[in-house]
Amino acid sequence: MKVLVCISKSPDTTTKIAFSDNNTTFATAGVQWIINPYDEWYALVKAIELKEKDPATVIHLITVGMSDAEPVIRKALALGGDEAFRVNADSKDSFYIASQISEIARQGSYDLIFTGKETIDYNGSSVGGMVAEMLNLPYVALATHFELSGNTSTVTREIEGGEEIVEVNGAVVVSCQKGMAEARIPNMRGIMAARTKPLKVVEPTDAETLTTVINFELPPAKGGVKLVPADNPAELVRLLHEEAKVI
Amino acid sequence: MSVLIFIDQSDGHVKKASLEAISYGAKLAVQLNTTAIGLVLGSVKEDLPALGQYGVTQIQQVENAQLNHFDAQVYTSVIAQVTQQIGAETIVFANNVDGKAIAPRLSVRLKAALVSGAVALPDTTNGFVVRKSVFSGKAFANIELKTNTRIITLNPNSFPATVSSDAPATVVPCEAVVDASAIQVKAVNKVKGEVPLSEADIVVSGGRGLKGPENWGMIETLAKLLGAATACSRPVADSDWRPHHEHVGQTGLAIAPNLYIAIGISGAIQHLAGVNRSKTIVVINKDPEAPFFKAADYGIVGDAFEVVPKLIEEIKKLKGVA
Repeated sequence: MKVLVCISKSPDTTTKIAFSDNNTTFATAGVQWIINPYDEWYALVKAIELKEKDPATVIHLITVGMSDAEPVIRKALALGGDEAFRVNADSKDSFYIASQISEIARQGSYDLIFTGKETIDYNGSSVGGMVAEMLNLPYVALATHFELSGNTSTVTREIEGGEEIVEVNGAVVVSCQKGMAEARIPNMRGIMAARTKPLKVVEPTDAETLTTVINFELPPAKGGVKLVPADNPAELVRLLHEEAKVI
Repeated sequence: MSVLIFIDQSDGHVKKASLEAISYGAKLAVQLNTTAIGLVLGSVKEDLPALGQYGVTQIQQVENAQLNHFDAQVYTSVIAQVTQQIGAETIVFANNVDGKAIAPRLSVRLKAALVSGAVALPDTTNGFVVRKSVFSGKAFANIELKTNTRIITLNPNSFPATVSSDAPATVVPCEAVVDASAIQVKAVNKVKGEVPLSEADIVVSGGRGLKGPENWGMIETLAKLLGAATACSRPVADSDWRPHHEHVGQTGLAIAPNLYIAIGISGAIQHLAGVNRSKTIVVINKDPEAPFFKAADYGIVGDAFEVVPKLIEEIKKLKGVA
């Protein structure tokens, strides 16, 4: 069983979002970079759980990014995974990234490809589905549970107001979210081992971009909170009914 | 030329997010001086011509029983065929569970630029630029779609479903090759009788300030009175006080209801990221320094165990319920 886990770096969840160069660039000064939480907590840890059940499982990690993505992919290796690829290119847009991942995936003939459900910076939810289409594989998005039995994956995915349980035989791409696995912290042994695990830097394949980011905007500031005395919830109900018109 | 809108259904019922997508697609068609055409896959129990009121003039329907089960791969192939048959140049989805699964595949299939999570109509004065939500709701990005065929997924609750016409839509049966699915649906478990969180207009949410799962009765009572869905903060889901699917925030579900009532939630930046697109935010917290008050529209500084029961009584009065 070979599993490919797609890893993206993203700004820490507490990052204050600001832009520079006339709002065309995300201001990265002072930003702590982390493994995108969905990639780490759910996609990667699920793959590690599969390996713990079946030690013959091989886990490869892939990220598309310049050398500043290396600390993040090393941290991912410290959690688990046998080797990693870094495609030496800027992560230009979803189509470009998916093209790079598909290229590596074709060479490695993986049984399972895991992604997080989205990155917490671009919120695209796109790379998994694009990779699946490029490789002509089935795709289960927004998975909350995954079991493997032989060649058959049983996947639970979120639907509106509930969940759906599906079965897929053979290779499949799965985007992972909360419920798939529990977050872990790398231990010292993992951190030491990660230093010697292979991290292959590969040059990008030719691929197009279909989109361009023109600029960014911050949402308008809130007008300030209207406080209602604790002993007068009637006033809150009146405001919600008459002013905000939401109840 | 036309705008094709994927009309998503669940158990034969059109999803609310799709009504918003239809309204969005119809407005976009007017802007581009073309027609808005809906697309339904599988069978539905609803009155499809009535969807004309949201501005769609024609609905293509591929009524094949295989399509009553969702498979992104099969759906993509069918939607690509219909897109080519009718010569659509813009395809609109709701950015919901199904839209997120199909749109990226279709983007590759048609080599069409995709913007996911759109929050406004495109600016077509110079190219085709769509504003989308990024950084989990903490900012917006304007994205240029560089191809002639384009795909937009619309964030739920960011564009209102508006009645704009009294002409019924014409339903046109449509032929398409439906591939065999590689995915077998084994079970569907729906939470009965509750409003799905992602579709709810009002959400009542509880945090650690409620001290334990046994205190959720008043949250549920309040939610029921308001026809609201219930939600919770991450620590609550992590402590298994509430099911994980109720967790809203940066790493849970991102929602944008008309009204979000946060009870006993301090408002960590990660939580705000999942709810800050809500139209109106009410915060009830006993700590006046809780960061959530800075993001709120209305607030009560007070003990939830005293305030919420009183609030329930007042809402009962408003609704005329004993």
